[in-house]
Amino acid sequence: MRILKFWPLLTLFALAGCSGNWGWYVVNPTTPAGQRNLMFLLDGLYYTIALSVTAIAISVLLGLLVALPGLARQRPPRVINRVYVELVRAVPILVLILWVYYGLPQVADISISVFWAGVLALAISDSAFQAEIFRAGIQSIDRGQHEAAHSISLSYVDKMRFVILPQAIKRILPALGNQLVYMLKMSSLVSVIGMEELTRRANELVVTEYRPLEIYTVLVMEYLVLILLVSAGVRWLESRMGMSDRR
Amino acid sequence: MPAKKSAAQDGNAAPLIRMRDVSKFFGAFQALDQVSLDIGMSEKVVICGPSGSGKSTLIRCINRLEQHDAGEIMIDGVTVDDSAAARAVLRNNVGMVFQQFNLFPHLSILDNLTLGPLRARGLAPAAARELAEYYLERVRIPEQMQKFPDQLSGGQQQRVAIARALCMEPRIMLFDEPTSALDPEMIAEVLDVIEELAATGMTMIVVTHEMGFASHVADKMVFMDHGRIVEMAPPKRFFSEPESDRCKTFLQQILRN
Ligand SMILES: Nc1ncnc2c1ncn2[C@@H]1O[C@H](COP(=O)(O)OP(=O)(O)OP(=O)(O)O)[C@@H](O)[C@H]1O
Ligand SMILES: [Mg+2]
Repeated sequence: MRILKFWPLLTLFALAGCSGNWGWYVVNPTTPAGQRNLMFLLDGLYYTIALSVTAIAISVLLGLLVALPGLARQRPPRVINRVYVELVRAVPILVLILWVYYGLPQVADISISVFWAGVLALAISDSAFQAEIFRAGIQSIDRGQHEAAHSISLSYVDKMRFVILPQAIKRILPALGNQLVYMLKMSSLVSVIGMEELTRRANELVVTEYRPLEIYTVLVMEYLVLILLVSAGVRWLESRMGMSDRR
Repeated sequence: MPAKKSAAQDGNAAPLIRMRDVSKFFGAFQALDQVSLDIGMSEKVVICGPSGSGKSTLIRCINRLEQHDAGEIMIDGVTVDDSAAARAVLRNNVGMVFQQFNLFPHLSILDNLTLGPLRARGLAPAAARELAEYYLERVRIPEQMQKFPDQLSGGQQQRVAIARALCMEPRIMLFDEPTSALDPEMIAEVLDVIEELAATGMTMIVVTHEMGFASHVADKMVFMDHGRIVEMAPPKRFFSEPESDRCKTFLQQILRN
């Protein structure tokens, strides 16, 4: 079963075997030129990870801030939550990236680096999903927990901080892991504004070496390895935390 | 523990809890219908009645888990509403024990007990811990402080829940069917603890169908039906000569089981 996950790779290798047109020399690790090209490609890893991790950290905070009014008893805060979530979800990530990088500096009269424009766009886009995840997670906590917190006179902030969120976050951890994987993939879109991450690096090398098939195959493998590793890490974390509500 | 000074004690006239014509609606459904009830200092009130009669709603209105729609509830002379004064009076006076215990599953027993004292009462960690140890001993659960709720039996969990409420050092304790979720063999250990608490002079409102317990702890029995207090009497009279037919029928059903 596990091997099935690697079918795209296996297919590619099979293709490589039957075609005479492959030119693996561009990324052949035994030649100096191939090594240089590989290093050039792998160099993008730093920004792919930095972008994704920074963006997910911000989107988690943003998502929580947006989720809380969605849980209010009164209508106005709930409306704010709905409007934010629906609006943000309606904008394609690529469009948001372009707008934040080219549009925001003019609207807000600030200068923004490629990196932070990418982080901001990814974080905003993801925050709508995070908000929904948090809302579901918090709603899954038994009403009795809120009532017990009330019965010992905890304030709203203390109740959330010490009673509700610790339990909710544990339950939504798998979903947060999935969002990180999603973010790693979406970070490839930031290449359009010139972020030197994995995808951009591959594009640049293709332009100089004219070997799209081989170079993009390496790119596919880079994402595949990265994401399989992260998924495994998330699963390990989950199993370690166990099924109980205990800390 | 030093007794707190109270308006009720000083005035000697006003009851500690005073409910006047309290009504509560869930949508169009009326869960409480003009309920009036006075509870004096150290008084023990046991509430019984059929399912859905409004027993839980009544005690949940007292500590503001539910907001009543009409009438007035006063505790120690302070009107229970959304004001800061009401929050303070609830914090200093009212504890609650739930049918399902509602312990915090991600916290150790010790942390369950100290959370309120630390965060709501502003006690220092050492003082909060001392308090927790004292009350755990009182409910006869020492040596389990580092365990988590799911490592204890139901009876132990409920006793921890009682200790958690006591750590806020309230003068009034509300119990909502504290033994209904327990296996039969654990009911006695919890009722014993509640009885001991009653002997210390705690003001208590207990919703329960444990009539044996009720008959020797209660100063006042209350029978509710359809959101109203149908009958209110000292236990002796309540059990021997209930006035209303509904109460008679109810008691017959309960006592048969
Ligand atoms: N949050 C709520 N929303 C709507 N209806 C409610 C709510 N809480 C209680 N009710 C209704 O109000 C009525 C009284 O409920 P309450 O819980 O006070 O009854 P009870 O006497 O405690 O019953 P039980 O013995 O089953 O615990 C019931 O008919 C119940 O369905
Ligand atoms: Mg009830």
